[in-house]
Amino acid sequence: MPDIRNFTLNFGPQHPAAHGVLRMILELDGEQVERADPHIGLLHRGTEKLVESRSWLQSVPYMDRLDYVSMMCNEHAYCLAVEKLAGVEVPERALYIRTLFDEVTRILNHLLWVGCHALDVGAMTMALYTFREREDLMDAYEAVSGARMHAAYYRPGGVYRDLPDQMPQYEVSRWKNAKTVKAMNENRQGSLLDFLEDFTRRFPTYHAEYHTLLTDNRIWKQRLVNIGVVSPERAKQLGFTGAMLRGSGVEWDLRKKQPYAAYDKVDFDIPVGVNGDSYDRYLVRMEEMLQSNRVIRQCIDWLRVNPGPVMSDNHKVAPPPKAEVKSNMEALIHHFKLCSEGIHVPEGETYAGIEHPKGEFGIYAISDGANKPYRLKIRAPGFAHLAAMDEMARGHMLADVVTIIGSQDIVFGEIDR
Amino acid sequence: MSAKLEKLKQALEQHLGAQVKKLTQALGEVSIEVAAADYGAALRVLRDTAELGFDELIDLCGVDYSDYAGEYRAEHRFAVVTHLLSIPNNWRLRVRVFAENDEFPVVASVTPLWNSANWYEREAFDLFGILFDGHEDLRRILTDYGFVGHPFRKDFPVSGHVEMRYDPDAGRVIYQPVSIAARENIPRVRREASYGDVQEGAKRA
Repeated sequence: MPDIRNFTLNFGPQHPAAHGVLRMILELDGEQVERADPHIGLLHRGTEKLVESRSWLQSVPYMDRLDYVSMMCNEHAYCLAVEKLAGVEVPERALYIRTLFDEVTRILNHLLWVGCHALDVGAMTMALYTFREREDLMDAYEAVSGARMHAAYYRPGGVYRDLPDQMPQYEVSRWKNAKTVKAMNENRQGSLLDFLEDFTRRFPTYHAEYHTLLTDNRIWKQRLVNIGVVSPERAKQLGFTGAMLRGSGVEWDLRKKQPYAAYDKVDFDIPVGVNGDSYDRYLVRMEEMLQSNRVIRQCIDWLRVNPGPVMSDNHKVAPPPKAEVKSNMEALIHHFKLCSEGIHVPEGETYAGIEHPKGEFGIYAISDGANKPYRLKIRAPGFAHLAAMDEMARGHMLADVVTIIGSQDIVFGEIDR
Repeated sequence: MSAKLEKLKQALEQHLGAQVKKLTQALGEVSIEVAAADYGAALRVLRDTAELGFDELIDLCGVDYSDYAGEYRAEHRFAVVTHLLSIPNNWRLRVRVFAENDEFPVVASVTPLWNSANWYEREAFDLFGILFDGHEDLRRILTDYGFVGHPFRKDFPVSGHVEMRYDPDAGRVIYQPVSIAARENIPRVRREASYGDVQEGAKRA
């Protein structure tokens, strides 16, 4: 009788399908996974500790670097927490801009997710398609904040500045002649809102292309259907949120149930899965993109006809306009105090959760009344999802582990923090 | 919204009774404090009573109160704060429990109640050194293999104690004491509540 032992395989941390720096110890019986033990923390930067030694405002850019594919949503949760503690009212226009950019971010995130997920499972073309569309949305990020990814655009009290009236243009170079540049600049002649509206008009066509490529694709279905099935009861036990929870058939979306920003004023639907497998989660996220597209449309229509301030006029939290700083003594003092000491947040504690593209992203902040947080806990959705890896992968084949990682939408910036 | 919170508070008083040491409502959120001895039992009631219905544990984290400068008086140094969510009732609750021994903080594990607590408890153990009684697999999770200390405690410096570099003589990666000095760009300041209030200043003058 030969001695039969389980085979232990080290997956990652530099595996292309490990989505960053996931290291997994897989215990295999033949090709079947007996146990999966994810080792995380290889990207741990101690954000929560760093934040304790920075003023409340200085920590906004740290939030971008958590989930680095849905930057503005992270900022949103942080700003909500600060605003709640400090009791700041945000102007309505800023709420709509936040809603608009949250949905832009959701599409950005889901595009990256579907591209990489398909790439992992074997459909090369998807990543090329989705990155084409991501480019337009990144341009929107750039136009509004100056940065393609790490925007630092949401600030406690509103957003940094109003939407720009013109889009940056491509210029003729050694690689692009005048004719190409003219064609590329065609949809950039108007304001950012015109540019985004053009995108929302084109997007359903692109979206239909993804469906044609994947949804009824035989290989895609063989790889996804009945892989990583989670029942609604287990999903709640395991702390799932967002598309992972909705994929299992639980209708739960913070945008509807505990609305923030302007979500109670826009119209959209929540897609829900039936079987709780990877394929259902794929369909849920795909539909979410179309719903986001709808929300963007409504926000654009509102923003066009409702000009107004985008930053709170409470200068204890938000800096006064630069022109005023140069002519008004009180504004100068506010500016100086804000830039040297920062915001003084009253003592207290709060939890602000938002519907992040990956699930519920929450900031639990404790303030002891100083100009810096006493403790800030970041509730990352991916952390709870990855913790369920063992349960989801057990009994599946080695190749299915890759599908499950893809379907969990793992990004290490937020898991390791 | 507040009617809902009233309902939640009544349900808490009815089902937990004396187990709730302190109940506070602030900023539209309800939080309770329970004693370490009651922690496990109280959370089981929160999960199993249909009227409360907390079917999801959203977050669990450690807090080190040793440097806290505010009005709030923490009983002990380490606390574990749990955020619960009820999907059927659509409400949230914060539960705080203090570990009674500051030198050797121990709190009961809630992993059997909500499996999602597993990694959160490992994290609180890793970062704060809080032990969870009944947790089956309390390993470090975020810090490096072989890391010494609990980095999120307030007495642990931001720059850490050791740094890592490649040593060409030894031909391997070595650890050595940190060579960077800690610096503080913006000092931590607490002002009285009326600081910068024009009306308050006029009253005093």
